[in-house]
Amino acid sequence: MNTLAPLAEARRESVFVPAFDAEAARRDFPILATPVIHGRAFLDSAASAQKPMQVIDAVRRCYEAEYANIHRGVYELSALATKNFEVARDKVRTFLNARESSEIIFVRGGTEGVNLVAYAYGDKFIGEGDEIILTYLEHHSNIVPWQLLAERVGAKIRPVPIDDAGELIMEEYEKLLGPRTKMVAVTHASNALGTLPPVKQMIEMAHAQGAVVLIDGAQGAPHLKVDVQDLDCDFYVFSGHKVYGPSGIGVLYGKKAHLLAMPPWQGGGDMIESVSFEKTTFAPPPNKFEAGTPHISGATGLAAAIDYVTKLGLDNIAAHEHALLEEATQRMRQIPGVRIYGEAKNKAAILSFMIDGAHPHDVGTIFDHHGVAVRAGHHCAQPVMERYGIPGTVRASFALYNTRHDVNLLIEAVDKVKEIFK
Amino acid sequence: MSSELRELYQEVILDHGRTPRNFHKPEGANHHANGHNPLCGDRVTVHLKLKDDKVEDVGFEGSGCAISMASTSLMTEVLKGKTVTEAHALFHRFHDLLTGSEDSAGDAAVDTDDFERLMVLAGVREYPMRVKCATLGWHTMEAAIGTEADKVSTE
Ligand SMILES: Cc1ncc(COP(=O)(O)O)c(C=O)c1O
Repeated sequence: MNTLAPLAEARRESVFVPAFDAEAARRDFPILATPVIHGRAFLDSAASAQKPMQVIDAVRRCYEAEYANIHRGVYELSALATKNFEVARDKVRTFLNARESSEIIFVRGGTEGVNLVAYAYGDKFIGEGDEIILTYLEHHSNIVPWQLLAERVGAKIRPVPIDDAGELIMEEYEKLLGPRTKMVAVTHASNALGTLPPVKQMIEMAHAQGAVVLIDGAQGAPHLKVDVQDLDCDFYVFSGHKVYGPSGIGVLYGKKAHLLAMPPWQGGGDMIESVSFEKTTFAPPPNKFEAGTPHISGATGLAAAIDYVTKLGLDNIAAHEHALLEEATQRMRQIPGVRIYGEAKNKAAILSFMIDGAHPHDVGTIFDHHGVAVRAGHHCAQPVMERYGIPGTVRASFALYNTRHDVNLLIEAVDKVKEIFK
Repeated sequence: MSSELRELYQEVILDHGRTPRNFHKPEGANHHANGHNPLCGDRVTVHLKLKDDKVEDVGFEGSGCAISMASTSLMTEVLKGKTVTEAHALFHRFHDLLTGSEDSAGDAAVDTDDFERLMVLAGVREYPMRVKCATLGWHTMEAAIGTEADKVSTE
């Protein structure tokens, strides 16, 4: 009877590995067939991802057939638009595995999410002499709002350093944590180096000191399965445009207890319970934080994007991107004069590098000529660049629609640069 | 390699980018300015020694891409000995060259030989995103001229 077991094992392996078909997925993205991109390698999705037909259609359908202002009309169309908006909110809740959809606040993007927390939570709960822990990996949008807060209230910023591989130095983090720590704001994935910090562990350590934690998921949500309950983070932000959705829409997740305790950030319509000149009472979250008419079609588009990546399977997408990252990294390593920045053990599909004697900007221009679109510069992460003493890097980032063909073009483009900058 | 790219990265530019000329603070420099392109992080400091409205010496320090380094390096070579008015006129002609406009085409104050030296950067015209790189040093030079002169030390 034991003889059947290995067979079943073998069968399970061969049947249950769904090969990800990037070529098929590419056909979902109309822009990839246009002359500006066709045949070229778009390797800048970490800046903003392209949009599949499913998202474009959803936005179009919103305006063609289901559009009216939300929360306001008694007529059927407004009810439909409101329902769609709330369905989108619940899709996001599922995507992040939040407990309640009232913990999902629609904002303009990751940047606005961080600013909202820095103002509404920070001004109330962080004061003089308190400390805010950031890391050297942070994007400017997870640094500057905290600096502004620190200036307003007299708090201090304490950054966690990184080592040469681009990993956070956890001993330093542990040392920085203390009774004065009120907030830890850390990226889920570094946009400049790809590093995935051990956020779950960091959250646990912060909570042990009574600090709350905001995770900047701008680069995390597109590549990692997010479970805010499992992470136990207090806040999580991400941008729609980096998960194949529209720009101008993003999400702030906040634990309900925090959202209830926080004062509103902006005032206006839709965020009140009742208004008189004597006293205004505010609506409960999420509406308390959504003053004014929101990005209605954006929410619909984001919901479609979430449906899209969920259908393809986030794990499949991540495995595909990783295979490309691995191949590109291996091949880059073999090219003399190329130096890779960011060699953390756990990485998102981001490859940052320099070519000896060539400034990233010049590399970007030459790459563009060779049909390779990359980002060149400091990637809004100057502290990282200063850490390595470089002006910037060239960054190739991989998304679900990239293929080995793109990796080939990337490697050829490096040769072109070396031809010019001998 | 495409001809546009070859024209952008001519040997002269690569050479000046690698080993910029007058890459120092000249003795007696009395006007200085810092230039910064926050978009790409290029930084340059231009030092001028102005005397009686004339550029007696000029040098620069900083870091940046091949285009910005080469452009600033070539600038220091052509500016030496020019009057302030001539320096402004050269910049205007150069700027027009990069942006493809012809405003100052017939400007008499510009020395033809000098302008021809700067023509190696004409390839930048095909790359609007790079015009800022090529003009950073020049804008900084203009800012330096506009600054108060250092106090003259009287030993
Ligand atoms: C790590 C990280 N955080 C935050 C942001 C800001 O996102 P957005 O510009 O969409 O607000 C980005 C985007 O570049 C990012 O990469």
